[in-house]
Amino acid sequence: MPVEAPPPAVELDGVSFAYRGGPPVLEAVTLAVERGEFVGIAGPNGGGKTTLLRLALGLERPSSGVVRLFGASAGERGSRPRIGYVSQRAQLASATPVTVHEVVEAGRLAVRGPFGPLRAPDRAVVREAIDRVGLGDRAHKPLRTLSGGMQQRAFIARALASEPALLALDEPTTGVDAASQESLAALLAELRADLGMTILYVSHEFGAVEHVVSRLVLVRGRIVFDGDPAQLPALWHDPSHTH
Amino acid sequence: MLSLEFMRLAFAVGLVVGVLAPAVGFFLVERRQSLVGDGLGHVAFAGVAAGYLLGISPVLTALCFAVVGALSIEWLRSRFGAAGDQALALVFYTGIALGIVLVSSANRLDVGLFQFLFGSILTVTRTDLWAVLALGGISLAAIAILYRGLVGVVLDEEGSRVAGVRVGSLNTAVAVLAALTVGISMRIVGILLIAALMVLPVIAAQRLAWSLRSTLALSSLIGLGAVLAGLTIAYYADLPPGGTIVLLAAAVAVVASFTGAVPRRA
Repeated sequence: MPVEAPPPAVELDGVSFAYRGGPPVLEAVTLAVERGEFVGIAGPNGGGKTTLLRLALGLERPSSGVVRLFGASAGERGSRPRIGYVSQRAQLASATPVTVHEVVEAGRLAVRGPFGPLRAPDRAVVREAIDRVGLGDRAHKPLRTLSGGMQQRAFIARALASEPALLALDEPTTGVDAASQESLAALLAELRADLGMTILYVSHEFGAVEHVVSRLVLVRGRIVFDGDPAQLPALWHDPSHTH
Repeated sequence: MLSLEFMRLAFAVGLVVGVLAPAVGFFLVERRQSLVGDGLGHVAFAGVAAGYLLGISPVLTALCFAVVGALSIEWLRSRFGAAGDQALALVFYTGIALGIVLVSSANRLDVGLFQFLFGSILTVTRTDLWAVLALGGISLAAIAILYRGLVGVVLDEEGSRVAGVRVGSLNTAVAVLAALTVGISMRIVGILLIAALMVLPVIAAQRLAWSLRSTLALSSLIGLGAVLAGLTIAYYADLPPGGTIVLLAAAVAVVASFTGAVPRRA
């Protein structure tokens, strides 16, 4: 008897979206991201790529169409595999003296719930996540003393601490220098290879991750390209091109 | 000073309020909701007025009003997101307007009302003390037990939501804690100034601390110091305790702002 393949990590089927009273942001988007894929989602500002990610994660409800995460409705928070999300901006008040360790520790909330202190196995996972992103020697430094690239690594470590099956990153390289962008791309490729997790990477520029993603999706109100980055016409690599 | 019963009661309540108000304020400041305590104070004012009108304990009615106000603010914030400050303004102004109308109806624009507005060391009763000890103890225990959850949501509300954390319940817990703090603190700090005791020690601690945990601990330490010193000065100089306490907390915040180091990026 043939074994049924597990459902994709993310499925959008005929999804359209508009903010209340506004023009459509996305129209008739159909996309499936298989488990273990590293998908880059790119496009111009205002093209709808962040909205697409928020729909995929259940943070927005589609005006029409269906969104599924690991086979379940995206709005359900029940027993589906865990998702690590690194959002566009850190939400902390800038004056907050939070340490890297405290940021990453918060990732265990999804696993252990809110009650009481973490146990020894949880603390081991936290340490491992910090080491994996290369911040082991800065674990007890205040986050605000680190560079933008290192701060992003701390937020990725927080997502890793929840042991996610899907890692979603929204514009993780904003304000980060080119060298840090390259090193972030290498880290994500390593995470995918070692942990087999699905990665969704949203950015208005895809140069840094082009060589590590398994698939590139370009969004401009709808999907205008979906495939191997090597198949992308040379013209589209020109930053001035409007896709 | 401590040979007087009313001062012993004021100090006992002050011990709880000094630790609790900044501890709850810590979560409000980190969520960029520093003014929520102010809004709840105005709703509590309507509660005091309702107590006068109905002839029941103004402290009890203020507490009930503050809890309902806090839950309303949280509900509006979660429903309308970015318009959270407008939700606060709606509850804030409705509270103060309702308070004025009810106080006028009860014909109680008198000294008793001013004691609630500005705080008084003379008004703390033994019943108040037991209520403050019980509610304050429950609130501090809730913070200790839920600390990790509350911090997780403060650090990244959306990320926690995506990860499957019950963010709504934790936000409701913060709202109720803020309401309880306003209710039990208004006797000595006053409705109009309680928010300052929730926020100013946190601002000072942020400049001096090196982690979230140390920020929380320093906030409570500064709050406790301001309350105990404020009550002492208020007694000897015959000053209103609320104003004295808040001026001390403000002084610490100003000094910390000039002397506290914000480390540079690597």
